[in-house]
Amino acid sequence: MVIRLTRFVPLAVLLLFVGAVAWRLAVPRDDRVPSKLEGQPLPAFALPAALPARPGLASSDLAQGQPRLVNIFASWCVPCIAEAPILMALKRQGVPIDAIAIRDRPEAVAAFLARHGDPFERIGADRDSRVQIALGSSGVPETFVVDGAGIIRAQHIGPIAAADIPGLMRALEAAR
Amino acid sequence: MNLNPTTSVRVERSQDTPSSADIPRLHQLVKFILSVRRRRRSKGSGRTVLVVSAFLLLATPALADSHLPAARWANSQLPDARQEAAARALMEEIRCLVCQGQSIADSDAELAGDMRAVVRTRIAAGERPEAVRGWLVERYGAWVSYRPPVEPLSWPLWAAPLALLGLAAWLVRKRLVRRR
Repeated sequence: MVIRLTRFVPLAVLLLFVGAVAWRLAVPRDDRVPSKLEGQPLPAFALPAALPARPGLASSDLAQGQPRLVNIFASWCVPCIAEAPILMALKRQGVPIDAIAIRDRPEAVAAFLARHGDPFERIGADRDSRVQIALGSSGVPETFVVDGAGIIRAQHIGPIAAADIPGLMRALEAAR
Repeated sequence: MNLNPTTSVRVERSQDTPSSADIPRLHQLVKFILSVRRRRRSKGSGRTVLVVSAFLLLATPALADSHLPAARWANSQLPDARQEAAARALMEEIRCLVCQGQSIADSDAELAGDMRAVVRTRIAAGERPEAVRGWLVERYGAWVSYRPPVEPLSWPLWAAPLALLGLAAWLVRKRLVRRR
């Protein structure tokens, strides 16, 4: 009896393996790394201006009583181009948006904004990703919802699609 | 056993050289191979491969890197050897956020370089490595560290080596007894 059952062990192992493979094919691994700072106050930072004619961004600018979006972007980031029109649409709806430009040069940022639209009120230059790391952000583009007290209320990883607007508006409303 | 070299050579030759009947077949094969190569070349597949690889060389990946130089402490060692060793040991155990199977010490990603700079700067400022690790875990979760914390969720992980040793001992128990 025991011998007969052990005969099926290889088959069981094979089925387990096939099952695991089929499961991962059906449900791909989510390799996004969400920031653990959601619900926490922003870490203190003060970034210099990314553009000569635009103020830089400090954590104190983000605690002004109104919820704001902080967009983490870069002129060399291709998905950032995809979300640029969506950010413009959010701006037209009256959403205040600030930005952190990662590893970027002023002239490259200016060219990017001239080409793809400029929805930002303040743009901080994070030349060595230090503030990005302090925020728990793991790439570009990412967008944080920060409430009027400077507390991170939500994080969106990757480019914002048109379908993400209602969720973001709800998060902004909840942060009020 | 055949100690006579001449006979053995003769025997081999008679077996290995193709007989006159085989020669047309061989000839056909060579002709076939040549014709296949000619056909492939005439379709220009070699040129296509060349053009495609040229375009691939020119293409930039979708998640391109910036063209800014690496951060100050990304690729240079701290002057204090003991601090550098501590930073190095920690970097080996911090996971890169971009290429998620590598440590930031191994990864060429720009963000990994910037994380190395953060680690070195903090350690140079006198912070203890475990505090720097804690600072990163606070932001990215225990995921970012290759040294998992001992907590109820990770107990099976820590118990696994012992369980495997126990299983192995159980599997070889008969052999151990027989040898005595």
